[in-house]
Amino acid sequence: MIDVVPPALIFIVGALVVPLIKGKWKSAFLLLLPVIGFINLINIPEGSNFIVSAFGLKFIFGRVDRLSLLFGYIYHIIAFVALLYSLHVKDDLQHFAGLIYSGSALGVVFAGDLLSLFIFWEMLTVGSAILIWSRRTTAATLAGYRYVLVHAVGGLCLLTGIVLYLRETGSLQFGYIGLNSTASLLILLGFGVNAAWPVLHAWLPDAYPESTPTGTVFLSVYTTKTAVYTLARGFAGTEILIWIGAIMTVFPVFFAVIENNLRRVLSYSLINQVGYMVCGVGIGTQLAINGAVSHVFAHCLYKALLFMSMGAVLHRTGKINCTALGGLYRTMPITAICCIVAAASISGFPFLSGFVTKSMTIQAAVENHLVIIWFLLMVASIGVLEHAGIKVPYFAFFGHDSGLRPKEAPLNMCFAMCISAFLCIAIGLFPNYLYKLLPYPVVDFVPYSASHVVGMAQLLLFSALAFVLLLAAGVYPPERRGINIDADWFYRKGGRLFYFVMDKCFNGINRISEVIFVGGLAGFLGRISRDGHIRAALLFLVPVLTAGGATGEKLTLKKASVRAALQTGTSPVGISAAIATIFLIVVYVLL
Amino acid sequence: MKEKVGEEKKFFFEKPRNVKIAFGYFLGVLAGLLIAEFFIHKHVLLPWEGWPEFYAVFGFVTFVLIVFAAKHILRPIVGRREDYYD
Repeated sequence: MIDVVPPALIFIVGALVVPLIKGKWKSAFLLLLPVIGFINLINIPEGSNFIVSAFGLKFIFGRVDRLSLLFGYIYHIIAFVALLYSLHVKDDLQHFAGLIYSGSALGVVFAGDLLSLFIFWEMLTVGSAILIWSRRTTAATLAGYRYVLVHAVGGLCLLTGIVLYLRETGSLQFGYIGLNSTASLLILLGFGVNAAWPVLHAWLPDAYPESTPTGTVFLSVYTTKTAVYTLARGFAGTEILIWIGAIMTVFPVFFAVIENNLRRVLSYSLINQVGYMVCGVGIGTQLAINGAVSHVFAHCLYKALLFMSMGAVLHRTGKINCTALGGLYRTMPITAICCIVAAASISGFPFLSGFVTKSMTIQAAVENHLVIIWFLLMVASIGVLEHAGIKVPYFAFFGHDSGLRPKEAPLNMCFAMCISAFLCIAIGLFPNYLYKLLPYPVVDFVPYSASHVVGMAQLLLFSALAFVLLLAAGVYPPERRGINIDADWFYRKGGRLFYFVMDKCFNGINRISEVIFVGGLAGFLGRISRDGHIRAALLFLVPVLTAGGATGEKLTLKKASVRAALQTGTSPVGISAAIATIFLIVVYVLL
Repeated sequence: MKEKVGEEKKFFFEKPRNVKIAFGYFLGVLAGLLIAEFFIHKHVLLPWEGWPEFYAVFGFVTFVLIVFAAKHILRPIVGRREDYYD
């Protein structure tokens, strides 16, 4: 107990120390951190550790059980791989943000109470936003702001839920919550924003592709999977999650098919993959939870690897759109091979990691007689093969020759990609090591039955045949420049509409006020006070003068002399007396 | 690329013969899978999984439908110019 510290602490303190270390030591330090973290993690005993009492509340920074441990393991592995991948980056801010981000994710996963969970939850947003902003382009800055706003709303929703939950139950313990009140609904929605539920998902394909090549690797792992963890902990077996998850697996597929930016294709594929996990959590049986959690483990590796391979392409060529890339296998063979391994893993090819994990969730759906869900998940599996399995490697590394001949990715990137690819294959070949770590014992699930292998191979390879034939027939949608609008349209255009309406309303009132008060009323009062008495005098004098026989030019001259006399205050006494008398009569009559 | 660099080597998939061989292997595997189905014990959870070549047909047809739906339904609805939000 004395020798171990909360898992989050190592990364967060490490993040603060990074700027102080120079040169090669920094690289060594960055790589050592996740290793030390991992050793620390396996030495923490199961149960609730690091309990701190403050402000009359009990904070638990180390709730260790089989569920949180598995997330802890994979988070450390990914932190190591991602840090190795970004070792060449000379920007301390990115290393700082990456470490804060991964540390906060560990903080959430090992939080035993809702308040410390919330604090780390918000730090997660801060860390990821810095990772997005550190690309330092206008697009990244704007996407980052939108990202922060969406997560701020999600965070507030969660906080409101937690406060109500505390009032209802009197406890901040984070265990099974279940959907049964307003409080739990708000908490669920807060988690849902980070899990990129349909309609709430647009921040993900909006912001992730705008981050740096290295930053996206971190991003691809922590936010969404941490949300899956909280759902698995608090809402396992909540029926609505089955449907939400199934819809999540299907709709991004269509967006990914027509998307030009390959990192955005991967972002849609990320939502699709999280859908399997959310669906598994919703089904809630032991097999389904095992499926969801093991899918997290496998997914973190291959999705990070896919983003790494596209990051390497972006790093070397500065381009990421299908229309600009193609034929890179010639000079980036290692990146290409690693990308293919990840693509095959995510598609669920036999003997790779996706195969041994995704099929658990699908089998759980069948066992619970969820035939429509089974159908949706199968359609989504074919969709995954389409966009992540074929489109990404094909349009980047094969397809038309873009003429680009970039160098192979830097050595550290290659190492990071190879480690991940190795793990994808290892999990696929020896799934039992992963199964032993799962929250529940894996009983009657055999991934490698001849029937299952042949069935999946048929499904995938005949889909691939369809791709080949569609491409050869020229029917496959040609890649074209352009963007596709998504749910973020509502707040991006809605924001402008709000701005427009506010502009017209308030600035309109401003303009009208200016016309009436500044231009009209003030000028009128000025004129009145300047020559009001002259006009009044003329009003009464003109009939008198006309009666006296003055007409035409004579009258004009008389008027001019009266005006001049009144302006200079040099009117003859008679006129002054007349005016004064008239004034008194007017006042008398009016009063 | 040859006109740019005189002696640039031909890469693997630039030789039509290699592409043909790769495609031949691919078709061979497909044929093998179709045949293999009749020699294994089918573990059937849902009734249609027992239909002959169910997964091959399901995969092929669904793939085509997904691509067509995305191309002809979704793209006209959501496709915009690159400067749409600018």
